[in-house]
Amino acid sequence: MAWTRKLLRVNLTEGTCRAEALNMDWANQFLGQRGLATKYLSEEIDPTCDPLGPANKLIMATGPLTGTMASTGGRYSVVTKSPLTGLVACSNSGGFLGAEMKNAGWDMLIFEGKASEPVYLYLENERAELRPAGDLWGKTAWATDEALHKIHQDPLLRVACIGRSAEAGCLYAAVINDLHRAAGRSGVGTVMASKNLKAVAIRGTLGVGNLRDPKAFMTAVNAGKKVLADNAVTGQGLPTYGTQVLMNVINGMGAMPTRNMREVQFEGAEKISGEAMHEPRKSDGKPNLTTNAGCFGCTIACGRISTIDRGHFTIEHKPEYWKNSGGLEYEAAWALGSDTGTDDLDALTYANFLCNEDGFDPISFGATVAAAMELYQIGAITKEQTGGIDLSFGSAAALARLAELTAEGKGFGKDIGLGSKRLCEKYGHPDLSMTVKGQEFPAYDPRGIQGMGLAYATSNRGACHLRGYTVASEVLGIPVKTDPLVTEGKAELVKAFQDATAAVDSSGLCVFTTFAWSLEDIAPQLDGACEGGWTVDKMLEVGERIWNLERDFNLRAGMTPDQDTLPKRLLKDAANVGPAKGRVNDLDQMLPEYYEIRGWTPDGLIKDETRSRLAI
Amino acid sequence: MQRALHIDPLKCTGCLQCEMACSYENEGLFNPAKSRIKVFTFHDEGRFAPYTCTQCADAWCMKACPVEAIRVNPDTGAKEIVDARCVGCKVCTIACPFGTVNYNSATGKVIKCDLCGGDPACASACPTAAITYVDSDWTGLERMRTYAGQSLSGAGAN
Repeated sequence: MAWTRKLLRVNLTEGTCRAEALNMDWANQFLGQRGLATKYLSEEIDPTCDPLGPANKLIMATGPLTGTMASTGGRYSVVTKSPLTGLVACSNSGGFLGAEMKNAGWDMLIFEGKASEPVYLYLENERAELRPAGDLWGKTAWATDEALHKIHQDPLLRVACIGRSAEAGCLYAAVINDLHRAAGRSGVGTVMASKNLKAVAIRGTLGVGNLRDPKAFMTAVNAGKKVLADNAVTGQGLPTYGTQVLMNVINGMGAMPTRNMREVQFEGAEKISGEAMHEPRKSDGKPNLTTNAGCFGCTIACGRISTIDRGHFTIEHKPEYWKNSGGLEYEAAWALGSDTGTDDLDALTYANFLCNEDGFDPISFGATVAAAMELYQIGAITKEQTGGIDLSFGSAAALARLAELTAEGKGFGKDIGLGSKRLCEKYGHPDLSMTVKGQEFPAYDPRGIQGMGLAYATSNRGACHLRGYTVASEVLGIPVKTDPLVTEGKAELVKAFQDATAAVDSSGLCVFTTFAWSLEDIAPQLDGACEGGWTVDKMLEVGERIWNLERDFNLRAGMTPDQDTLPKRLLKDAANVGPAKGRVNDLDQMLPEYYEIRGWTPDGLIKDETRSRLAI
Repeated sequence: MQRALHIDPLKCTGCLQCEMACSYENEGLFNPAKSRIKVFTFHDEGRFAPYTCTQCADAWCMKACPVEAIRVNPDTGAKEIVDARCVGCKVCTIACPFGTVNYNSATGKVIKCDLCGGDPACASACPTAAITYVDSDWTGLERMRTYAGQSLSGAGAN
């Protein structure tokens, strides 16, 4: 069965922890992790509640394959109502925390209410205790991780925690686990801080078992591992270059959002690419990249472990940063680099370190800095307001300084912590915010990759690449190549990716496996582990159900379908160079068809017949 | 031919597939806490290192055991725990200079690598060949081949 069939309910207001049976009917309908946690959230909170008030809940959830030997089976998600978007938030993280939670015997942790003083949850198998965290409050995520290992005298403890940015109210603060893995987007860390919950420290020694058919499971797992190893992307591209394998590819096709998405190609892309991370530095002969690293159970190992040049201006007097830590992935390199016009690899790596150290999303941070730079350029923000920082596009010094200020929640970092939407509203130019439903874009310009425009506009958590990654088809030809500049057929493509991804995100596996795996590779692994007859068709049905449940939550939270759109810049201002030159995103050619095949009304509402077909 | 586990830390990505394979083979559960092989992460240095019993020819653990609960498997050369004899005194855990014999509080016995009877699950599971099971008299063969290849290309360049 692979689920432990147990969840821990932590009432922070009352200071209680109690075990509860997992609702297995819901598990059969929503699988686990993203889907199942969203079902609990949807049933248990008022979607109109204040995301930073005690009525919101924060759920950390594993999938049934988390903690098993299925490749990449170490994922967990943090699900809550987002303070950035006001919609459902679901941020997925790797590392080792999810598997540890499962090994301690829990499928899910539900945090409700608000502690009167800072606390952390200590979880050792069945033993669950809320402990005072007054001494940890005000510490970075890295310092908190270190302190908890010392307090418990346990080198094998796994920690998820928030940094100072979350405490200071940054609206895109992350939950950091294992020092540099993150449930990164939509401000799930901000919600954690609002509950006075500093950390979750877990030690699990019970093991994960109870497989429905162990032999079938191991056969499917080994077959899946072989597919990943033999595939050019998962077997070579990702281990060698990480997701940064994409930098030069996407830039070449004119889909690299640049300088707050005004342009679609970045002249400095090569200098901040995966290839550049392999180049020996002049100063010490070492490359930026030390090695690749795997999350729990992952046989791809796309993670980057990097150093910053010790002579670089950001750290030459800060020896605490002269060590290895999590390096740049494509999204971070794009947001911190191309979107701000900065081509200084070491400055980007430094900003990335700070995003991990103090727990804030490098995508939203970089994109907000980019918006601030444009506001500065047009004179809407002045040096007096920035505290003397010259916010010119391309300034590595400004990027580094703003990362420091946002980490601490000080000075102009307070404004940067608002996110792009609120920042642009505050300074009088809401049109300059490159966001959907309040969340900043990731690294694919939808003028050059048309399907992504629809994926962004309809994503249930605001602009996001991980909800329907049609880049796989439109750029890489997975599972079939489609023309990125064509809108025809994209509605169907987006729906298919959204549904499949929702199922994968609910299984405990990493979505990066789907560069090589189709659901035909995943279903046998799930079915070997779990009761319920997990076929490809059932996974797609569950994925569609999850998608509609998230939509339903958002509609009940007050979202209106006219928010299924893109910023004017992407709909009106044509791409200026590259293969997509002259194109805007033709969202209006895709959206009506999308609504129709979703079984929604022309106004974007879920039809009754769709509700009853999916039983939501 | 007798074989030995050979570990190349530079190839390790820290994924713990070996720990899961080991615990599944020996305990029937995916449980790194009960693995006979352990992967260490040296975070600041950016290094990973799997570590397990090297099956010493003249084994400290075996000599130290007061009840002869550690025996040599003649086929594999592995030093194996005889559970029926082990009294959980932990003297072997003290005797082992490498720390690779450990006590299992759940059973009251010690556990250590037994090479899975000649087909080590960790080596089969490792995705990067950081752990291999090779001729015990030629554990250096691959490294020798690598360096030999480099000297050949050097000669060609001249």
